[in-house]
Amino acid sequence: MERPLLLDVADLQTRFHTPEGTVYAVNGISYRLHEGETLAMVGESGCGKSVSMMSILGLIPIPPGEIVSGTARYRDRDLLRMSEEELEQVRGKEIAMIFQDPMTSLNPVLTVGKQITEMLQKHMGMKPAEAADRAVQLLEWVGIPDARRRLADYPHQFSGGMRQRVMIAMQLACTPSILIADEPTTALDVTIQAQIMDLVIRLREEVGMAMIWITHNLGVVAGLAERVMVMYAGFIVEEANVDDLFQDPRHPYTIALLAALPRVDRRRDRRLKSIPGAPPSLLVKPRGCPFAPRCEFVIARCQSEMPPLELIAPRHKIACWVDVLRGGSR
Amino acid sequence: MGRYVARRLLQAVPLLFIISVILFVLMQSIGDPLATMSGRRPTRSADRERLKRQLGLDQPVLMQYVYWLVGNDWTSIDLDGDGVRETRGERKGVLRGDLGRSLKKRQPVLDLIGERLPNTLLLMGTYEMVVLVGAVALGIYSAVRQYSIFDHAVTGVSFVLYSMPIFFIALLSMYLLAVKPKQWGLPYFPTVGMFEPEAGKTVPQVIWHMVLPVLSLSLISLAGYSRYMRSSMLEVLSQDYIRTAKSKGLERRYVLFAHALKNASLPIVTLIGLDLPTLLGGAIVTERIFGWPGMGRLFFDSVSDADTPVVMAILMMVSVAVVVFQILTDVIYAWLDPRIRYE
Ligand SMILES: Nc1ncnc2c1ncn2[C@@H]1O[C@H](COP(=O)(O)OP(=O)(O)O)[C@@H](O)[C@H]1O
Ligand SMILES: [Mg+2]
Repeated sequence: MERPLLLDVADLQTRFHTPEGTVYAVNGISYRLHEGETLAMVGESGCGKSVSMMSILGLIPIPPGEIVSGTARYRDRDLLRMSEEELEQVRGKEIAMIFQDPMTSLNPVLTVGKQITEMLQKHMGMKPAEAADRAVQLLEWVGIPDARRRLADYPHQFSGGMRQRVMIAMQLACTPSILIADEPTTALDVTIQAQIMDLVIRLREEVGMAMIWITHNLGVVAGLAERVMVMYAGFIVEEANVDDLFQDPRHPYTIALLAALPRVDRRRDRRLKSIPGAPPSLLVKPRGCPFAPRCEFVIARCQSEMPPLELIAPRHKIACWVDVLRGGSR
Repeated sequence: MGRYVARRLLQAVPLLFIISVILFVLMQSIGDPLATMSGRRPTRSADRERLKRQLGLDQPVLMQYVYWLVGNDWTSIDLDGDGVRETRGERKGVLRGDLGRSLKKRQPVLDLIGERLPNTLLLMGTYEMVVLVGAVALGIYSAVRQYSIFDHAVTGVSFVLYSMPIFFIALLSMYLLAVKPKQWGLPYFPTVGMFEPEAGKTVPQVIWHMVLPVLSLSLISLAGYSRYMRSSMLEVLSQDYIRTAKSKGLERRYVLFAHALKNASLPIVTLIGLDLPTLLGGAIVTERIFGWPGMGRLFFDSVSDADTPVVMAILMMVSVAVVVFQILTDVIYAWLDPRIRYE
């Protein structure tokens, strides 16, 4: 039951040329997103999750950024080759994005009403009064009480959770077909995190949009996504359906991440294992597998050659030379 | 907000009082006003004493200050300088709007300032507008085109201009835009005064005469201000909310003016608030070089003559303006930045 393809990203490479040297932030990632599908992207912070998403929307500052190669086909058009004007028609209208820190992601000197209505006016051609009415509906939709009065309020007059709700209302105003959620709960209190996740899941059903949910916490993706991509140092190292990934992880990094995760079904006496070593610097051009220095399954080949992301089972891809079940090379 | 402004104004009163005392004491050492009063003729010491008594300069500093502040119409003074206080004073004091008389010109200080202030406001107001518009435009443009050839060129020129003394720029502009074109028989800008006497004080005349002084003043300030605007704009453009605005598909230009400019202008407002009151004092060097009859020249001449009532009045005027513009800046700041609220 393959749904129609919505977004097809292939071989995306993004670098930053900084005074310290070139940052190899995204190193040739490929993935597909189908209509109505939710994809999770998991990885430690700094592994290139945000950059990989901002690259396809043209939100990378160039310079210092550079998109070295890749295509990002959205409904048969390559986002990476669009003009700025064409991209403006896609951003917010077709592909919307919510961000990590709702404190800094809203403009402090503009009312929330203004920040919502300007979008409706631009993409939906609404008149100011019409846009204001729609903004009230949107705020009520995401659970903000007394919405009409709050249109005139500024972001600092809202709590963190409420501010993220405003952000969500704003980015869903034009009912996009893809929502990219870049760690939208990371900056929030734990209880608020759950509320925001529930809200987004509810809205996803109502709008019927596809979603890419970025997180550094593998624990939250289980009830949320259908497929998961695990990212490490700018590479996708494993991609699988969510159940397969949890039950049958095949990449040493995924295995290590899962071992570090607290689970209710795990016996008390098994201690959580943190991954030894530190994530690699993105300042050196990767030779071989970037996880090799921390990997307990490492073989000689890992040091010299980066394994490609390959299908090893139906709908299950890994980028690893080793067969973790049998040990030794695949 | 109203209560905040009222409180700030009340707080300013003791501050201004202290400033006036300090300035008044300092005035005692700017020179001897009597030394220059009789022109080239050496003054006989008997005349000096008489003059001193007539002007009230024989009184203790404290008494002179009291006369300056509240006037002397409640006591008698020595009008003919014979050492006997026989006449009732006429001064009303600063608190009642009487700034006294110029020692040198014998005119009310208020009239002298009233003559010069409009000229200075015209010159400095124009200059400030040119600088503001120019700095905002240059700053935004070089921020958006960071590290472009244009940006590098502006940076280079700014540093050169910024390190030049005003008299040099003034003389250079005179040379390049007046002296040389005149030699070559081209149209040239006037270098002295506000208008040609034969043409009269008409609007085109004054504008024409303002070009060189405004240009000289603006070039230097523009260099500093536009750098400031650029860095402020760059800072704002790297903020998360600008990324959000772009992610919404808003046009570049709209993001720049509707989302970035208001945030980026906040630090500039403070800068202008500090700058504006000092404009009242005029541009001392520029006004002298271009023969502009403004406050700067009045101030310079009055200091040279040790004409303390005039100097005192100008300094106090600037002090009051500083206080008023501080409060005004706070009000505008709160209006621009909703996070700031005063109780
Ligand atoms: N504007 C930038 N200039 C230089 N380096 C950047 C820039 N943006 C991101 N990077 C670098 O790219 C790498 C990936 O960052 P990011 O995608 O934000 O990580 P995360 O997975 O936490 O979202 C990091 O090493 C970061 O330092
Ligand atoms: Mg991130």
